Amino acid sequence: MKYRPLLSLAPAIIFCAGLGTAHAAEPAVSEFPPDPFPSTYRPLPSQPTLIEHATIYTGTGARIDDGAVLLRDGKVAAIGKRVAAPKDAVVIDARGKFVTPGLIDVHSHLGVYPSPAVDATANGNEMTNPNTAQVRSENSVWPEDPGFNTARAGGVTTLAILPGSGNLIGGRTVVLKNVPATTVQAMKFPGAPYGLKMACGENPMRVYGNRGQFPSTLMGDVAGYRQAFADAQAYDRAWKAWEAKVKAKGRAAAGAPPARDLKLETLAEVLDGRINVQMHCYRSDEMKTMLDVSKEFGFKIAAFHHAVEAYKIPKLLAKSGTCAAMWADWWGFKMEAWDGIRANIAMVDAAGACAMIHSDDENGIQRLNQEVAKAWAAGRRAGIDVSKAHAVMWMTLNPAKDLGLADQIGSLEKGKNADVVIWSGDPFSVYTRADKVFVDGAVVYDRQNQKRQAVSDFKLGSFIKGSAL
Amino acid sequence: MKRIIILIAALAAAMSAGAQTIAITGGTVFTLGPAGKVEHGTVLIENGKIAAVGANVRIPGDAERIDATGKIVTPGIFDPESQFGVVEVSAVRETRDAAIKDMPFSAAFDVAAAINPRSVLIPVNRIAGVTRAMVAPVSTGKGHIIAGRGAIIDLGSTENFIHRDPAAMFATLGESGADLAGGSRAAALLKLREVLQDAKDYADNEDAWAENRRRGYAVSRLDLEALQPVIQGKEPLVVEVNRASDIEAALRLAQEFRLKLIVAGGAEAWMVADKLAAAHVPVLLNPLEDLPAHFETLGATLENAARLQKAGVLIAFATGDTHNARNVTQAAGNAVAYGLPWLAALKAITLNPAKIYGMDDMLGSLEPGKAADVVIWSGDPLELTTAAEHVFIAGRKIPMVSRQTLLRDRYLHELRDKGALPAEYVHPVRR
Repeated sequence: MKYRPLLSLAPAIIFCAGLGTAHAAEPAVSEFPPDPFPSTYRPLPSQPTLIEHATIYTGTGARIDDGAVLLRDGKVAAIGKRVAAPKDAVVIDARGKFVTPGLIDVHSHLGVYPSPAVDATANGNEMTNPNTAQVRSENSVWPEDPGFNTARAGGVTTLAILPGSGNLIGGRTVVLKNVPATTVQAMKFPGAPYGLKMACGENPMRVYGNRGQFPSTLMGDVAGYRQAFADAQAYDRAWKAWEAKVKAKGRAAAGAPPARDLKLETLAEVLDGRINVQMHCYRSDEMKTMLDVSKEFGFKIAAFHHAVEAYKIPKLLAKSGTCAAMWADWWGFKMEAWDGIRANIAMVDAAGACAMIHSDDENGIQRLNQEVAKAWAAGRRAGIDVSKAHAVMWMTLNPAKDLGLADQIGSLEKGKNADVVIWSGDPFSVYTRADKVFVDGAVVYDRQNQKRQAVSDFKLGSFIKGSAL
Repeated sequence: MKRIIILIAALAAAMSAGAQTIAITGGTVFTLGPAGKVEHGTVLIENGKIAAVGANVRIPGDAERIDATGKIVTPGIFDPESQFGVVEVSAVRETRDAAIKDMPFSAAFDVAAAINPRSVLIPVNRIAGVTRAMVAPVSTGKGHIIAGRGAIIDLGSTENFIHRDPAAMFATLGESGADLAGGSRAAALLKLREVLQDAKDYADNEDAWAENRRRGYAVSRLDLEALQPVIQGKEPLVVEVNRASDIEAALRLAQEFRLKLIVAGGAEAWMVADKLAAAHVPVLLNPLEDLPAHFETLGATLENAARLQKAGVLIAFATGDTHNARNVTQAAGNAVAYGLPWLAALKAITLNPAKIYGMDDMLGSLEPGKAADVVIWSGDPLELTTAAEHVFIAGRKIPMVSRQTLLRDRYLHELRDKGALPAEYVHPVRR
């Protein structure tokens, strides 16, 4: 997170997860109740579509020249040099064009820090306690953020919306499909695991240190994470003991279940491996310390975000199986970003670690392909000779891995979701634009067809003719 | 190891450079001057200036020849609104000198005196082709209606690097200006008018004022004096405004006081493009701005640059990010993707800033007599995968080394050679 206004402390509306089920008849009591905000996502209407004669970057590191991909029933039905067109298929001649999987951004604040940025819409940081594991970014997402539409025009089909980095533990992240909707539930990626946003370094210690509160130092930060997980271990033990009692003696004899604590419940889910940690962390030394903390408590850090110094410890990241989500070239805006270099992504990749681009920015998310192109070129200049087809993984398959969704998205392979971008040219060129974007086989954006260009409610009325999307 | 040797050689060559004669041969040269585009052209540099450009240039025998065959040669990039040398780490206040805190009017404040030509940001950006910059005061904290004066610098030297000072006065209206003036745009305009009127009154009654026979003024003597070249129409007033109606208000103010106005920001400038063109008011804009991020930018669009250019408005690109001023080539490339002619985009980052600040007699194009700010690119300078291969600033050959290349090379060494010793023992370039 760069510079989010830190002054918006208007009390956030926190929906209590328990209330919704209070009146239901004998709800099943368990340590981890079902998702209180279930996805209502339905794919948009689609037709079988054959895209042929395209240069395809598959997202698996391969390139198919003059290739074809068939989208049917929301899935990739076939991919290869030649694919026969079913009778009912729309056939797109993509000669001269490029095709990639839909782009994935693992670090976005769209909806929680939307446009317009005013106090009432600044809902991304619940900075009233250094540990707010109980909050969920989905409860702050404003689906009308015009930034979803501009990101879609840039080929982004899946994005994780994160709470900000003002807290040690900021809250749950949510994975969205980038489709226009009036509720966040209608955007929620069905079955996608939640993440937990945590933050290293300067932000939490500045926010709380400036108020004379804990933490005000890096050592305070680390003590804060450890105590939070130590408390969660106790909570987890209490619930597991009660559940064991229910199993052994029955519900009646087991007595009342432990009281639900939404904060500890989220952290206990992390300890149980149901939620992966998405960790804002710039410096190499802090990343190592967090790997130790995760080992101490037995949880998984899926990715370090921002990871400006990941190039200093790429082998450690590779060994621990931790991804790094990075910018192409942001640096210098604060002390912990002082050592940023353009070859970061390529160097992390070269060591065999899982490297990816991320935006953390409503403008950058519109051009993830351009950011990858810069990072790729910087790698080549450093003598790291990887193909463009390989670098495409930095914005497709690797972010899908980080989100735990690599079995569904991130590459164009038979049976995977038909999230596809047709580019006007090579996506590594500054002049290239996304022509058509598909989510689950449906056209969600078409540069040539205004009927498939969503416009936010916010822009109606205040919509000024000639300003796109 | 080969890389390290090359870097040492480059640095040594750069140090011995200076007033020598250099001939860049064989490249496709975009002069942006009367010579236009020259295929297989030669750019001859002598005594820091362009001595000749063309297809048939006689090269002196003692000239150092640089083969640019297959490459693109352009003038250097001129950043029209930066904080080079006055901000090192944005969030570290000890390294910031770009503004005075909490003073709505600080016209006399001139960033030039604070500029550090040894800033780490300078090599990072000049090896990517940025050769000149306006260093402008910037609002931090509450900001300023009039922030002060900026200077134009040369990014290639630690001596005599200030090219013109003061070069422009910087002001803010719109949402920020309104906030500073107590909560209304009308108040900000009123206060700005008052200050400009005071400056005029002071000029006409300086003696009476000194003898205490004149009314009090809203700002200090130093501020009033600093504003003299502005109200005389000699020094441009750069006003940060975005909403179309705010731009119109700035245009009216400029007409009333006969100011040499430059609009900065200008998210909705395309909506009043005809008025800007008619008043010959240029716009410094970020062509990537396309979201209604504020109520004053509801009309933001990626076609802003193309529409302004088509209407005849002189435009230059400023991304507002000095650490990555180098990314202005990407911004310009995107403007091309959204309708701006390629050559117009190249001019918007080279020649136009020089024109806007009245420096195009010295800078901005490859013409005999102008300062030799020249970049040899591996390909199309606006492309993402292109790199600057050689950079000359006022004829000085720039070592292609920055703190970032040193960090990179240190850890590349570690990546490849297993790092028997800690990385801190690796010295990529001899200091």
